Amino acid sequence: MSGIAPPPPAGPMPSKSWTVKVREKGVEALPPDRLLPDGQPTYVASWIYVFGVAGIASLIVIIASGSILALKGPAWWHFTGVGHFLNSIHLWSVELFFFVMVVHLWGKFWMAAWRGGRGRVWVTGAITFLVAIPAALTGYVSQQNFDAQWISTQAKDAMNSVGVGSFFNLTNFGQMYSFHILLLPIAVVALVVAHVLLVRRHGVVPPFELERRAEFAAAGAGAKGQR
Amino acid sequence: MSRLGDLLRADGDTKPWKGRYAPYDLVKELAIAVGVIASLAVLLAVLFSSPDDKPSTIAQWSHELPADFATTAAKELAETSPTAEYGPPYNHSSGSVQHLLLLHPQRWLGVSHPIHTADDYVIKPLETIPDDPALQAALAQYNGAPEKQKKAWSEAYAKPLEQYSEAIEEKKTPPATVTVNQSAGTVTVKVSGVGPVPTMMTSLQGLAQSGGLEGGLVTSRQFFQTDYTKPLLFIADGGLLSERAEAQHLLGKQWGLMNETGSFPGQPWLWLYALWYQVEPMKSSPNADIQVLLIMGLLSLAFISIPFIPGINRLPRRIPIYKLIWREHYRSQI
Repeated sequence: MSGIAPPPPAGPMPSKSWTVKVREKGVEALPPDRLLPDGQPTYVASWIYVFGVAGIASLIVIIASGSILALKGPAWWHFTGVGHFLNSIHLWSVELFFFVMVVHLWGKFWMAAWRGGRGRVWVTGAITFLVAIPAALTGYVSQQNFDAQWISTQAKDAMNSVGVGSFFNLTNFGQMYSFHILLLPIAVVALVVAHVLLVRRHGVVPPFELERRAEFAAAGAGAKGQR
Repeated sequence: MSRLGDLLRADGDTKPWKGRYAPYDLVKELAIAVGVIASLAVLLAVLFSSPDDKPSTIAQWSHELPADFATTAAKELAETSPTAEYGPPYNHSSGSVQHLLLLHPQRWLGVSHPIHTADDYVIKPLETIPDDPALQAALAQYNGAPEKQKKAWSEAYAKPLEQYSEAIEEKKTPPATVTVNQSAGTVTVKVSGVGPVPTMMTSLQGLAQSGGLEGGLVTSRQFFQTDYTKPLLFIADGGLLSERAEAQHLLGKQWGLMNETGSFPGQPWLWLYALWYQVEPMKSSPNADIQVLLIMGLLSLAFISIPFIPGINRLPRRIPIYKLIWREHYRSQI
């Protein structure tokens, strides 16, 4: 062994490392101060903005309560007071989640929050809402009570009518439970993460009139320069 | 940008914000939001709890509604029950097969969860009962008979039971051929041409009342089982679930899918989905499910694509609700 350290890599040369490339792309797309800014444009001053973060907060409460229910097993909540209470928190956080999601979506619609290259922000938000629906439905049919019996035997006809029932069987508790506690939550969380990163990347959409004012100002400045 | 990119670009452009920024603590906002939402969920849980109506069991069904159980079981044996006549994904019948124009996805996906109601709900469970020579003789006679004979026996047995159920439902005098002892949970059918079927059905009723039938239906292939398709479809063929559901406003005509037991909010986000079942032509169509799902599929696609739909994507500019949302900002600009 020679004991001689290898020479340090040349600084300005572009790296062939995949890790470096991913890091550079990531930092370029979302520098830390854009990912977690400590300031927002002054127009971000309305109660409507609260509903987006309230949706994430509801999702956190849903996952926390659902995780405890999952850890104790699907039957636990039927025969313990604590379990039933946690199930109640899980249910009400789902109701709150959908409520704040609906208000958030309406708010973003009236802001036309897709302007300025923010189309994907809307698309990921809308898909999150749509994926959350089967996430909730699979919860209802995994309850192991009368609601689960009735909802699964009725909703199966809709699934079967479009052929989905052949691989998504609402009367198969094991399959529905897997979808409810793993696959669909992963999908919802992944979509929410993508949605939030897109919001951070593009920033909060500016008000309508601002555009016109900015255009007037630009036009005014242009006219001044020509004089 | 490519031509396609231009087409897909959401309407309306914005310029980078050149105005003032105000301090904003995103992490603190999220922490407060989690605290508020968790407190609200706890408060709602304390105030309203959550529903947990016990599931119906086949044992309970066969005890409480012996005639309904016997009628359903007889129809399973005769293969005239809703499940027997359903079609894919359970069997090759066509009773519940839906289509829309040239779309036949239910047929295309085929039979993935095969259910042969006579075998699965009657014959195989009966074969698990030991030490009953009369039953074993009856089963041997039934299994050894030609298919035509089996059908004749089972239909001859099911017919008076169906007439009995209809008479009870319509509050008419039930046929004298059927005797129901409600307290003992027994049903007797006195008709000719039914072969060994009465012996078999009496044993099935006993097996069901002992709780042995639902276990037999779930553990059909292996020790560990989580697939309740067979017992659920069997119990749904009878009248117990729908009787309970009607009392709890859960039927389709009662906006059933978005409700749950008690006065709990259920799944109100399904209101639009449930709405289509209340209007013609879906309301009376045998293909309502596929029609409604197609409508909802198209509406969902439109919902996702709002930024790219001309006209719809300009609505927020035309209806100035944004003035209310950003009123503080506009006030500060004056």
